[in-house]
Amino acid sequence: MKILVCISKTPDTTSRIAFKDNNTGFDDAGVQWIINPYDEWYALVRAIELKEKDPTAVLHLITVGGADTEPIIRKALALGGDEAIRVNSSADDSFNISSQIATIARSGAYDLIFTGKETIDYNASSVGGMVAELLDMPFVSLATKFDLVGNTATISREIEGGEEVCEVSLPVVVSCQKGVAEQRIPNMRGIMASRTKPLKVVEPIAVDNLTAVVSYELPPAKSGVKLIDADNVAELVRLLNEEAKAI
Amino acid sequence: MVLIYVDQADGHIKKSGLEALTYGAALAIQMGVPAEAILLGTTTENLALLGSYGISKVHHAGSESLNTMDAQVYAKVISEAATKTGATVIIFSHNPTGKAVSSRVSAALKAGLVAGAVALPDTSNGFSVKKSVFSGKAFAHIAIQSGVKVISINPNSFYIKADAAGTATVETFVPTAQNAKITVTAVNKVTGEVPLTEAEIVVSGGRGLKGPENWGIVEDLAKVLHAATACSRPVADAHWRPHHEHVGQTGFQVAPNLYFAIGISGAIQHLAGVNRSKTIVVINKDAEAPFFKAADYGIVGDAFEVVPKLTAAIKQLKGIN
Repeated sequence: MKILVCISKTPDTTSRIAFKDNNTGFDDAGVQWIINPYDEWYALVRAIELKEKDPTAVLHLITVGGADTEPIIRKALALGGDEAIRVNSSADDSFNISSQIATIARSGAYDLIFTGKETIDYNASSVGGMVAELLDMPFVSLATKFDLVGNTATISREIEGGEEVCEVSLPVVVSCQKGVAEQRIPNMRGIMASRTKPLKVVEPIAVDNLTAVVSYELPPAKSGVKLIDADNVAELVRLLNEEAKAI
Repeated sequence: MVLIYVDQADGHIKKSGLEALTYGAALAIQMGVPAEAILLGTTTENLALLGSYGISKVHHAGSESLNTMDAQVYAKVISEAATKTGATVIIFSHNPTGKAVSSRVSAALKAGLVAGAVALPDTSNGFSVKKSVFSGKAFAHIAIQSGVKVISINPNSFYIKADAAGTATVETFVPTAQNAKITVTAVNKVTGEVPLTEAEIVVSGGRGLKGPENWGIVEDLAKVLHAATACSRPVADAHWRPHHEHVGQTGFQVAPNLYFAIGISGAIQHLAGVNRSKTIVVINKDAEAPFFKAADYGIVGDAFEVVPKLTAAIKQLKGIN
């Protein structure tokens, strides 16, 4: 079995978000970069668990980005995986990113492709579906549980107001979220091993971007909290009814 | 033409589907083109009545086999319909179905996708769409450069409007036969409760409530407001409440009109899941709780005293005994 896990680099959750160049670019000064949490905690860890159960499984990681993504992919390799592939292209359009991943995935003939449910920067939730479409594979999104017996995957996925359990034969693309696995911390052995694991750099194929960021904006600052006395709950109800028109 | 995918479950159109209709119809007026809808699977709805949302035609692919959401099949059917009808913009909700299918349709048609739109596109100079980014901490305006465009809209970002005159023409759409590769073997839905991601009002509790046995005050308040209940991550991790109630960075992201945070300190990871709420009320006995900085209204006080009083005052307002 061959597994491919898609890894994305994102600003740390607690980063202060600011923009530069007249609000046309993300200001990364002082930003700590991390592996996108959904990719790391759920997609990657579940793939590692599958490999632990079946040591013949091959586990590759892929990222699309410049050389500055290498510390992130090394960090991912410290958790597990046999080798990593970096497609040397700027990651600024979902369709372009997906086309790069699909090209590698097609030639690698992977049985299972995992992504996180979304990245915490662009929140688009789109790369998994696009990769699946480009490979004409089934796609199970927003998975909360993933089990594999032989060639059949049993997957729980989020639906509005609950979950449903579905079955699908490999190959399949799955986007993972909370429930699929538990977060792991890399150990010293993993960190040492990650330094010598192969990290292949592949040049991108030519793809036209379908989208481009025009500008960014920050939400208007909250005007400040209106504090209401704990003994005057009726005033809160009046404000919610008359001012906020929320009840 | 603007083609709107209308999502339904168990034969009923979802609220998010009606939001997509309203958005698509408004965009069609802005662009001076017709708006049409597409619906998959068997339905109990009178589809002609969807005309009141401002659309002229409904394409219904009503095969029973389409009652199961297989994104691969759905994307093929919708892409085929979009190509046949000459759609230039395709609208989805950014809900679980929309997330899985819009991305596939985008790749199939090489049509640029903006996922999670919060406003109508700006068509004055090109075509750009405002969307939420950095987990609600900012917005981006994204230009779509392809001829055909795909947009998925954030749930609860648009008020549903059904005031157009006339009915829609309903046409059966027979897609090329597809073999679903996904089989659904079980559905576990929370019944009798308001689904969290669809709720207009959410009442959420945190560690300040001290234990699962104290959730009655949260549930009572939710009941009078017809609200969904939610919780913070520590509460879900301690199994005081089920995981499907966890809102925050790693749980559900919600955007209700009104969010009550009771006994939740307001860690940045929690705020990432709720900061798109229109109005936030924080009740916490710690005046220094960071959540007050993100709130519109706040009460510094003991939840066990304040919340029952609040429930009673709302009952009085609504005339409930």
